[in-house]
Amino acid sequence: MQTEAQSAERGAKAGDEPGVVRACWSCRGPVPAIELFCKTCEALQAPIARDHFQRLDLKRAYDVDLERLDHSYFRYQRLLHPDRFATKSAKERAISLQHATDVNEAYEVLRDPLRRAEYLLSLAGLVINSGEQTINDLELLTDSMERREALAEANGAAKVDEIIAVAASDIASCRTDIAIAFANQNIDAAASLTTRLKYLQKLAAEARSARARYGAAPLTATPGS
Amino acid sequence: MLLDIHEPGETPTPHETDSTAVGIDLGTTNSLVAVSSGGKPEVLRNIHGEGLVPSIVAYDADQVVVGYAARKSLADAPELVVSSIKRLMGRGLEDVKRLAGALPFEVDESAEGMVRLKLAGRTLTPVEVSAEILRTLKRRAEKSLDREVTRAVVTVPAYFDDAARTATKDSARLAGLDVLRLVNEPTAAALAYGLDKGSEGLYAVFDLGGGTFDVSILKMQKGVFQVLATGGDSALGGDDFDHAIAERFLSERARDTGLDETTPVDAKLALETARSAKEHLTENDNGSWSLGGRGTQSVHTLDTATFDTLITPLVDRTIEICLSVVEDAELNVNDIAGVVLVGGSTRVPQVRRRVAACFGCEPLADIDPDEVVALGAALQAEALTAGSDTLLLDVTPLSLGLETMGGVVEKVIHRNTPIPVAMAQEFTTYQDGQTAMLIHVVQGEREMVDQNRSLARFTLHDIPPLTAGAARIHVNFALDADGILTVSAREQSTSIEQRVEVKPSYGLSDEDMESMLRDSMKHARVDMETRMLTESRVEAQRNVLALRAALDADGDLLRAIERRSVENALAGLEKAMATPDRELIEGWIEKLDNETQFFAERRMDRGIREALAGVSVDDLERGVGTDADSAAE
Repeated sequence: MQTEAQSAERGAKAGDEPGVVRACWSCRGPVPAIELFCKTCEALQAPIARDHFQRLDLKRAYDVDLERLDHSYFRYQRLLHPDRFATKSAKERAISLQHATDVNEAYEVLRDPLRRAEYLLSLAGLVINSGEQTINDLELLTDSMERREALAEANGAAKVDEIIAVAASDIASCRTDIAIAFANQNIDAAASLTTRLKYLQKLAAEARSARARYGAAPLTATPGS
Repeated sequence: MLLDIHEPGETPTPHETDSTAVGIDLGTTNSLVAVSSGGKPEVLRNIHGEGLVPSIVAYDADQVVVGYAARKSLADAPELVVSSIKRLMGRGLEDVKRLAGALPFEVDESAEGMVRLKLAGRTLTPVEVSAEILRTLKRRAEKSLDREVTRAVVTVPAYFDDAARTATKDSARLAGLDVLRLVNEPTAAALAYGLDKGSEGLYAVFDLGGGTFDVSILKMQKGVFQVLATGGDSALGGDDFDHAIAERFLSERARDTGLDETTPVDAKLALETARSAKEHLTENDNGSWSLGGRGTQSVHTLDTATFDTLITPLVDRTIEICLSVVEDAELNVNDIAGVVLVGGSTRVPQVRRRVAACFGCEPLADIDPDEVVALGAALQAEALTAGSDTLLLDVTPLSLGLETMGGVVEKVIHRNTPIPVAMAQEFTTYQDGQTAMLIHVVQGEREMVDQNRSLARFTLHDIPPLTAGAARIHVNFALDADGILTVSAREQSTSIEQRVEVKPSYGLSDEDMESMLRDSMKHARVDMETRMLTESRVEAQRNVLALRAALDADGDLLRAIERRSVENALAGLEKAMATPDRELIEGWIEKLDNETQFFAERRMDRGIREALAGVSVDDLERGVGTDADSAAE
């Protein structure tokens, strides 16, 4: 599986740095690489290497204002979505498809608190395995086992609801801690907290499916980030 | 729109730019075509005022009849009639067998891949049968609009997989229609509602058609229609209500007359009777129907209570799916501001009651549930061709996965991911000198390969022969805005693009498609040519506009004599564009390209000089000029 950072560069060619002037593929005039459209002929230009935050005009930080994210996402999709290019030439349609794909990916990563944390870690040079991870943190391991056990032994909806509620509040505080760690550029702390978040979210999902066995579950609101 | 900027009398392709794009709802039971102008969509009707075209095709000796006329043939010659073909789109023989008894078709047992029907001495694919329905809709649109119609937005159930989507696009191609976009039916319905009502907030669209069920949760705000989650069952619909009734009638008949064997013709007749019983019971408490055939006649009664009992398990399933989609969207049913009913089967009272109870609100059905999808498709067709402020953001309904060791599925793209989407995966060889590799792509949510739907097997060829594990093949899986998959591959160490050979599990190969185009359309060749000509003209038009814009911006870089030669080449291309000679057009595009090369170079030189002039020497040394963005942060 490729890392997020690699995929952010998909479709970008060497020399497409933001400050460079490129030749427009359509009218062949100069276009600053940072511009999406050629000022002269209005043709959409191929995407350049940008990270997800840059692509959506957001400051690189763990705290993301979700409303702002949506706003920015819609603004870019309005400009770049293939629906805007349905009657254009095949080349421009293909470029639009690349852009829309990149913007969707950026949106998906940034709106998900866990993927956003993993992405920030990868930008900091830390590669998080997407597969099964061994937990080195002894404290986390013990905690994990205890909660699993409690879930397995929980009999009745009320017990499971309690586990769900505790997990939800732990997830919320874990996200706060991650934001603080990133803000203080404490990457090691952010990394171990991210592992913890991953495990907490997994437990919450398991608890929810356990809860489903007791009939219509009150849906646990996922705490906002 | 760029294409609309041309001087009067200079329209190079009057025939193409005038071609209206229509919206088509290709339904299991009924199909419709609609057109929108100025944001006002309208269903196109025949002289009798009928908008619906029953999705029924009758193959008479020398002609093909579609719609109400075909339905009439059902009584006289049911063996020549095909209905509910949509249920077979992109499906294989096993799928059909799984629906055994439910489908009154005779199928070709020997065919691999997509199922083939045996009918009136012909072997037909569902793609060809659907193309007949689309041709009828195309003709209706042309007659009603009095102009040629070659472009359409076609709707598909949100829950359609890649094979069914591809099959739908192939059908349109066969019918001479260029598909501008496949739009999911619930999304199209939301578009029709949203624009009409100016609704904002979270909405559910409950779409129970003849053969498919979809439910989508959308967030609507300021012209954006964002699908948050979608789910459904591509083999659940009003047809199943008919089957439940038909089975009851046939077993009653077996009891009363001793006829216990059911032929395909019996099934067709019983289903027709069941359909009218269902429609009758929507407005009445009870009724009785007679079933004829093979010299017997039996009478069957049914009341609403019994009908409700028959269909309860089916309605239960739709409600279960609703709840799980709401959960997928990370919402609670109370968050949903309203629910929209789509599809003829939502007329059944039990369905309305249960949906209202599930979402805790009275469902919206003020737009005719039979027409709302076509109206939405027409709006989108107008948006795509004439431009619009609305934005449809849809998701993929099914996860995409790859077969790994032991038949376990590894998910590459998860369901409810916004499309278009691309995901890359790295593979390596397991044998020394291995030069090819097979990748099996499946769609679905289950753990094991055989529980999911096989989409295609891709063979990667031309892998450089290296020691086992040394080759690193980067495979990119992409779903476009229509939800259709493409796969590309590249070996990392050599950067050699791999040849990807696709064997769709239930689709048609390119050769199949080609021969179908040849067989079924006398004008197939002409059609192909027209398509290529259109693309050349679009390309030529782009060149002309781009050059004009460049001349306006940087014309001062040309001396008078140079300007004249550029203008000459430009005029030459414009003249060529007015002819139907594709090669001539391409020739002039190339000529124009060559003759303006020097102009492009001068423009680039000036552009780079200007860019550098804006940057101080200090900045250059610090490298800020090449990373303006980080400075802005």
